[in-house]
Amino acid sequence: MSEQSMNVNTMAEMMAKGETADVLFWVGCAGSFDDRAKKITRAFVKILNHVGVNFAVLGTEESCTGDPAKRAGNEFLFQMQAMGNIQVLNAYEVKKIVTTCPHCFNTLKNEYPSLGGDYNVMHHSQFLQELINDGRLTIEGGAFKGKKITFHDPCYLGRANDVYEAPRSLIEKLDAELVEMKRCKSKGLCCGAGGAQMFKEAEPGNKEINVERTEEALETKSDIVAVGCPFCMTMMTDGVKNKNKEEDVLVYDLSELIAQANDL
Amino acid sequence: MDTANIIFILIAIGAIALFAKNLKTINRNINLGKDVDISDNKSERWKKMLMIAIGQSKMVKKPISGFLHIIVYVGFIIINIEVLEILTDGIFGTHRFFASFLGPLYDVLIFSFEWLAFLVLVACVIFLIRRNMLSIRRFGLKEMMGWPKTDANIILVVEVLLMGAFLTMNASDYLLQGLNANHYIVAGSYPISANLIAPLMDGMSISSLVAIERATWWFHIIGIFAFLNYLPYSKHFHIMLAFPNVFYSKLNPKGQFTNMESVKKEVEMMFDPAADPYAAPAEPVGEPERFGVKDVTDLSWKSLMDAYSCTECGRCSEQCPANITGKLLSPRKIMMDTRDRLEEVGKNIDKHGKDYSDGKSLLGDYISEEELWACTTCNACVEACPVSIDPLSIIVEMRRSLIMEDSKAPSELTGMLSNIENNGAPWQFATADRLNWRDEK
Repeated sequence: MSEQSMNVNTMAEMMAKGETADVLFWVGCAGSFDDRAKKITRAFVKILNHVGVNFAVLGTEESCTGDPAKRAGNEFLFQMQAMGNIQVLNAYEVKKIVTTCPHCFNTLKNEYPSLGGDYNVMHHSQFLQELINDGRLTIEGGAFKGKKITFHDPCYLGRANDVYEAPRSLIEKLDAELVEMKRCKSKGLCCGAGGAQMFKEAEPGNKEINVERTEEALETKSDIVAVGCPFCMTMMTDGVKNKNKEEDVLVYDLSELIAQANDL
Repeated sequence: MDTANIIFILIAIGAIALFAKNLKTINRNINLGKDVDISDNKSERWKKMLMIAIGQSKMVKKPISGFLHIIVYVGFIIINIEVLEILTDGIFGTHRFFASFLGPLYDVLIFSFEWLAFLVLVACVIFLIRRNMLSIRRFGLKEMMGWPKTDANIILVVEVLLMGAFLTMNASDYLLQGLNANHYIVAGSYPISANLIAPLMDGMSISSLVAIERATWWFHIIGIFAFLNYLPYSKHFHIMLAFPNVFYSKLNPKGQFTNMESVKKEVEMMFDPAADPYAAPAEPVGEPERFGVKDVTDLSWKSLMDAYSCTECGRCSEQCPANITGKLLSPRKIMMDTRDRLEEVGKNIDKHGKDYSDGKSLLGDYISEEELWACTTCNACVEACPVSIDPLSIIVEMRRSLIMEDSKAPSELTGMLSNIENNGAPWQFATADRLNWRDEK
């Protein structure tokens, strides 16, 4: 991947310049702090820059959406986070949000409106598909031509919000062979990270969920496991390592695949 | 009217009255739950019920059991027309009363009953084999040991016996019609019983055949009355509640959890710059509301209806990532526990009055913390349920109780929550570093 400097403004910087952004990129905590997920963030920004999308981030004004607090049962902390974020978002008069994290996506889209935060929220797979549909983004596909790619549905994108097709259409645009796992789409198996499990050891059992899911992904004999969620990224990457397959099978986020295909 | 009709009428009245009483108890129990208003989007709800409950759209996601279930379901509905005739005959002492005004249509009706009864019988035998001889994981999970397994087998055996009695009744009737027996008018078409069962009774006297016909007639209808009154004690009650349960199920995206109104008021106060922090708190109206769910009476009536609608098929647990990987959690058990506890609370109210407390609760005595903390909130159980039960909402409500009432959480989660509280991220990173990715490579 060639490294070029990225053009990223915060909402505050835009405002100081007297400009407004068409869309807010909600980076999320994983995308901001997790080393692997930061690569997803940068890949997505490269695409946005490449297309020339007028976007901004909140930077240090962004705070956790409250998703893990809510799923863990701490409604109080969730609503504190939500209302704090809504104040910031409404102050910048944000209308449209895109995020690379399905957990942020779900929370912003579904749980903020009744607390006073009503936005047009998109997962980056939907946003990228929209760019393609509008003719603003074309995918060369070269690097992945003929490669077998399987897509692991994030629960909070798939079952939780019925988005199954956007990620798949992106993979097909890569001229790659999309191979489905036995449990896919509405029957997709969780990676094991949802519901705040990401932040704790699993309860006692006979297997880790991410290993169960990785075995299924490996059965497809794919070259690449595509994900659309930073937590799925962690779980699937760990799973592939657990199976000693990290030399043969790569785990990439959708935005990384597109950025690579376009040599960004 | 002779003695037989009077006995029949008394049995019918008794059975229906007992069933009505049981229905009332279940309705009372469901209404022990918290009130939630689910009166929106009627047309969408009807559509969903039409698809999922009446149309069985989720059942067929598993083609084998789905197909067999549709046979039993259609059989059950259609054969009920025959029960209407049996009731009429029983009350007025008529015989095959519907034949007198349906004419050739009656032949069509009996023809289809025969086939359906036969197919239902075959389907139930296959179900029995699947449950008892094949090792299908979802039928063998821990929560199915004991009564639940017996319950499932009782239902299937009763259905086999009822259909068997129905076909034997038709076979003897068919033979009696052929012998021009008094009272047995020539009516109906008997593709199954005439060919499969009648040959076994060939050459019997009219009086023996009448005895068989009467015995199976009484067995069939008394069996139906008994089964009706077995329903309220059984998982088979789903045949009543599947329809309303789908109707009242969640229409919002599955990932959307409820925002607690009681919390919202407090948080809004904290964000309101005009609020006086030293003001005396408003007088609480009524009993202070507890956060989350500890016992069944804290659940919404919809969750309690969910519990009564569950037929313990286990499709939820079969899809549950925690259950698949050997964790204690089984969404089906959550529903079974909820119903068991609700029935216990109901019995306590019947016995000791409505303010009685037995000191037990759903959370703790039935459902353990370990089960609750194993959930990934992935919605696989909700998606899998053929009658739109939502075990996840119960799990999350109980987590709310653990966290907000009891401050009980696995220590890593406590750490995660305080990170969010202190630095706005589930990990211990400083807010100031949020944009560092912009300048890194």
